[in-house]
Amino acid sequence: MAPPAEVLAVRGLSKTFPGVRALDDVDLTLHAGEVHALIGENGAGKSTLIKLLTGVYRPDAGEITFQGDKVSFATPLDAQKAGISTIYQEVNLIPLLSVARNLFLGREPRNRFGVLDVARMNREAEEILVGYGVHVDVRRPLRTLGVGAQQMVALARAVATDARIVIMDEPTSSLEPREVETLFTVIRRLRDAGIAVVYVSHRLDELYAVCSTVTVLRDGRRVHHGNLADLDRLSLVSTMLGRDLGEVREEGLTKFTGDHHAADSEPVLDAAGLTVPHKLHDVSLSIRPGEVVGLGGLLGSGRTETAKAISGALPVRSGRVTVAGTPLRGGSAPAAIRAGISLLPEDRKSEGIVPGLSVRENIALAVLPRLSRFGLVSEAKVDSVVDTFMKRLRIKASSPHQKVGELSGGNQQKVLLARWLAMNPKVLLLDEPTRGIDVGAKAEVQKLVDELAADGLGVLLISSDLEELIEGSDRVVVLKDGAVVGELTGDDVTEDKLMRTIAGDRRPEPVAKEVASDG
Amino acid sequence: MAEATLRTAPLDRTRVLQWLQTYGVYAGVAALLVVNIVITPHFLSAENFRTQAVQAAPVIIVALGMALVIGTEGVDLSVGAVMALAASVTALYLGYGLLPALLVVALFAAAVGLANGALVALVGVQPIVATLALMVGGRGIALVLLPQLKDLRNPSLASLGSGAIAGIPYLILIAAVLALLVAFVVRRTTFGRQLLAIGDSRPAAQLAGLPVRRVLILVYIASALLAAVAGVLATARLQASDPTSLGNLMELSAITAVVVGGTPLTGGRVNIAGTVAGAVLIQLLTATLIKHDLPPSWTQIAQAIVIVAAVYAARGRGKR
Repeated sequence: MAPPAEVLAVRGLSKTFPGVRALDDVDLTLHAGEVHALIGENGAGKSTLIKLLTGVYRPDAGEITFQGDKVSFATPLDAQKAGISTIYQEVNLIPLLSVARNLFLGREPRNRFGVLDVARMNREAEEILVGYGVHVDVRRPLRTLGVGAQQMVALARAVATDARIVIMDEPTSSLEPREVETLFTVIRRLRDAGIAVVYVSHRLDELYAVCSTVTVLRDGRRVHHGNLADLDRLSLVSTMLGRDLGEVREEGLTKFTGDHHAADSEPVLDAAGLTVPHKLHDVSLSIRPGEVVGLGGLLGSGRTETAKAISGALPVRSGRVTVAGTPLRGGSAPAAIRAGISLLPEDRKSEGIVPGLSVRENIALAVLPRLSRFGLVSEAKVDSVVDTFMKRLRIKASSPHQKVGELSGGNQQKVLLARWLAMNPKVLLLDEPTRGIDVGAKAEVQKLVDELAADGLGVLLISSDLEELIEGSDRVVVLKDGAVVGELTGDDVTEDKLMRTIAGDRRPEPVAKEVASDG
Repeated sequence: MAEATLRTAPLDRTRVLQWLQTYGVYAGVAALLVVNIVITPHFLSAENFRTQAVQAAPVIIVALGMALVIGTEGVDLSVGAVMALAASVTALYLGYGLLPALLVVALFAAAVGLANGALVALVGVQPIVATLALMVGGRGIALVLLPQLKDLRNPSLASLGSGAIAGIPYLILIAAVLALLVAFVVRRTTFGRQLLAIGDSRPAAQLAGLPVRRVLILVYIASALLAAVAGVLATARLQASDPTSLGNLMELSAITAVVVGGTPLTGGRVNIAGTVAGAVLIQLLTATLIKHDLPPSWTQIAQAIVIVAAVYAARGRGKR
């Protein structure tokens, strides 16, 4: 095979947002016919890189060379016209127009009078789509198609616009397995036609099935690039998470004391067979009183969804949740809360705090009916509860009447914890409890989790911080693509074992392989 | 540092705007009172103040319900239609006595509120669209029930409209009691707290296990009931049922009163005292222009200016 032509060369690309270095001196090279995996955890800089390539953002530094010319796209449309098409997770077509119209939008075939040639357009659309495994009446409105078929139309449109590069941002997140197969066939066809594909996904199986090269981003930097075949799954996971294999881990980096010695009592929470279409498949787990169960897995593996399904915030298709032996009825958030399940949501700002209300109101929010008689709030009772928890959790606010939106992230998180602890829950579901809060507050929250478990609460801990997850948990249930793929207990609760389980590689001997670093 | 800067710059623009949003409405009422006392003959009399207050009462009552709805980041456009519906139903059932008629009015109003609330809370329709349906349909029903103006000769109704205790008209007393009641509900009840939390952040309220749907439905029912009270009182004052024009543009006056009174359209905060002052402000503005023989269109222009000013002041706070 002749050396394929270089389509895209990115040199030293950097982008800073207020307070964050989103992308730092990143290089990327794409050749014709290359399927390139772009991976990284949350905040690694994937989206920023894609948005710089497609003209959504302008870089602070660095240059982009596209087909030999230095380019600077002002808008996504510019990039698309030049030949860089992007397919986002959400389909960005026009739902009410017909499939054929969507496919040809902006370049409809016209007859010699300059009038839209509908017959020809429909005929051509049908021919094109058959090649993508989509057999539909192209005159139907796009929205009547399934998500998978819509995605194929988007893809067909992207390719038909004479793209040289197609960027796919988690294209399979809403596809059925059969549709994924079709997508792969299409990607291979693109590859053979000399189009470069950038493939963003967290599903390792897919990456290895379809990609030839890989770039790993972490904290805005490129930490690895090369052939995907040269990087086994375990190394890939450890590179992405920034953990070296077999590294002797220093103890005591977090404030967790470790073992809680959960009594061999009945589980306080038992979730069985939770299934949510496209998100969770038959997830089961149980937590005993006094136990901290970690939920491990990569981004998009279904950790947040599991917590939300248990807490009734995400409707399940099937499955059952039992709290202290009593099955949960209704599957709604209020029912779960009444049963004693409390969820500290991942998105603290939009799903947790009520920003315009005071610290006091926020703490009392959930417990308010219990502090009221005949719907009248007892201010004295509220004051006493608020006072108790502000002291116990050491919440720093100028007064209980300060707006919670004005507090630091760590204090906001403590306010949310206080809101739930005031409910006297049996189970706490903590989704990224220390993300985005400062080191001091982080240590305090970790210590608090320990204390709560020691008091007999069942805790489910979700954290992207491996150290926190491993040190904080007595047991770790590992998720992958929305299903449980393993469980680590006792001495097996180590970062090594966790990464192995995520990678789907459970050989006992560590693969002593140097993780290739940048360059 | 930041605090020091603020102190050395007392005329900081955002602070002025914040002050205006909180106290502007009272300053406006005070200014209009002073201006009228100076330029309008016979303004400074108990009789005149009584008239102004009686005329403001229906707007105040409707605006109280509107304030609750706006506190949930919603809006209720159907209040004027509910007033008309209340007028029709009163006329139809007055033959059975005032009290039975009022009960039927309450049932109709509750049904409208339930329909609004169900559309918003259960179906998930935008409040402006959901209540638009009943704004149009409600008046339609009112006119089907009573196609034209009808004089009502009922002594109890007449005394409700023009009676007084110790020189204070019933209308003013009822408006005052309702204002205190709504303020109490907002400040001191679980319902009031939950309403504000839902208005500020619905996802957070939902995840905190609040009965979001129930609260929303009750808020729209409350708004409709208050509008019905205003409709009955206005009918009592007129001693006639006028479903064609009663409550026309009332939704806009109520929204203006609420917004001018410092309740943000983005929800999460309800200012009852400000709302009452806002309604009074609108009434004084109208009265001032009428007393100086300016055409009614001037009133609308003046109202528009007040709304723009209020919305501009509200920008000072913004939505985080």
